[in-house]
Amino acid sequence: MQYHSPSSFNEAVAISNSSSGLVKYLAGGTDVLVQLKIGTKSPDHLIDIKNIPGVREISLRDDGGYTIGAAVSGAQLTEHKELSKKWPGLVEGMELVGSAQIQSRATLVGNLCNGSPAADSVPGMIVAGASVSILNSSGTKDVLVEDIPSGPGSTSLENGELITAINLPKRNDYEGDAYLRFIPRTEMDIAVVGCAVNLSLEKGVITSAKVVLGAVGPKVILAHSAADCLVGTKLDDNILSRFSAKCSQIAKPISDKRGSEEFRKDIIGVIAQRAAKKAYDRALGNN
Amino acid sequence: MTKIHVKTNINGDKVEFLADPRETLLDCLRDHIGLTGSKEGCGTGDCGACSCIFDGDLVSSCLVLGVEAEGKSIETIEGMAGEKELHPLQKKFIEMAALQCGFCTPGILIAAKALLDRNNDPTESEVRYWLAGNLCRCTGYDKIIKAVMETARDIRETA
Repeated sequence: MQYHSPSSFNEAVAISNSSSGLVKYLAGGTDVLVQLKIGTKSPDHLIDIKNIPGVREISLRDDGGYTIGAAVSGAQLTEHKELSKKWPGLVEGMELVGSAQIQSRATLVGNLCNGSPAADSVPGMIVAGASVSILNSSGTKDVLVEDIPSGPGSTSLENGELITAINLPKRNDYEGDAYLRFIPRTEMDIAVVGCAVNLSLEKGVITSAKVVLGAVGPKVILAHSAADCLVGTKLDDNILSRFSAKCSQIAKPISDKRGSEEFRKDIIGVIAQRAAKKAYDRALGNN
Repeated sequence: MTKIHVKTNINGDKVEFLADPRETLLDCLRDHIGLTGSKEGCGTGDCGACSCIFDGDLVSSCLVLGVEAEGKSIETIEGMAGEKELHPLQKKFIEMAALQCGFCTPGILIAAKALLDRNNDPTESEVRYWLAGNLCRCTGYDKIIKAVMETARDIRETA
């Protein structure tokens, strides 16, 4: 295996395109080094992007949104007070990934590129309407986060393509998000089910809603019809139980060691309902 | 396999070594530099026995490549005690018998130090969550948590 440490994104992509065999990009390494260790993916070339200027920076753009560099760690997100205040759901999703040791290294982009349907940070990024900047040999493009996962362990990224940053839109008043998951322990586990909700309100009435379900399908599920039944409401108990039933109906989980299909369908409704309530309360308080 | 010449700083000392790019920082610490205080429990970032401070961040050194150490500053368990005295956490762990076999202890001490360096007044819950990435198969954790809480109190009282 050859190790490369380029000083620009263009150089990183050029190395990738001119190398033969399996090429992997390295940011936090909390998935890549585990795969290397257990031998599931053994790259011929490893391209470390952490020495590229700006890759560990969170910046506020002129349009009021945030750009998060590809190697920004979970701990950096949590420590960023303004970002945590505006996007608490997104930040708490990432915060649930692993221990303090993992949080020092693990990244949003890595969690996305690993392609797990149970990735805790991905539902939050999708409901936020986040996009990723992708660099390839023909230039840069912007792609919605929801278009990246394509199945268990796989993404829509082509060979050599590199995600350089995540772009969050501007946060407006009376908007709020939340992410909740179910695990049988209190810490250090992989989601049995997960759900992120993002709501916009006007005078307490929901004007738009986005709901994403995690770990209940081969990739994250955008629950459009469940989200639609929240719009125009103030989230009363009747609506919440309809919403909960809808989420259970949309979920298409498998049975595995973490939970049966039946259990997952049941529990996703409960978790989704709680996440919606939390997002609503945050939206009310965000002004 | 071509080895890479790495220049780094460990516990305040300039250190150079040759690393195969596949070797983890933990492999390099133990096999090239002879610092065997950091332990390998799982090798996949689950157990925390290899915890080190890497450029100010608490990491599992089994999830960092040795070649990534170039130009960085690393703190390991070997650098925790002062020249004449143990670190207050080390003293308290001995006093309260917050260990049994000792395999997880270096990682737990490093992780606990990283916590107390940034927050010398953590709640019990904060200590438990912070140390959730450090597995101990002997103690049942209670003595460890109590030792960390008492050290924090001592630090606050002497500050």
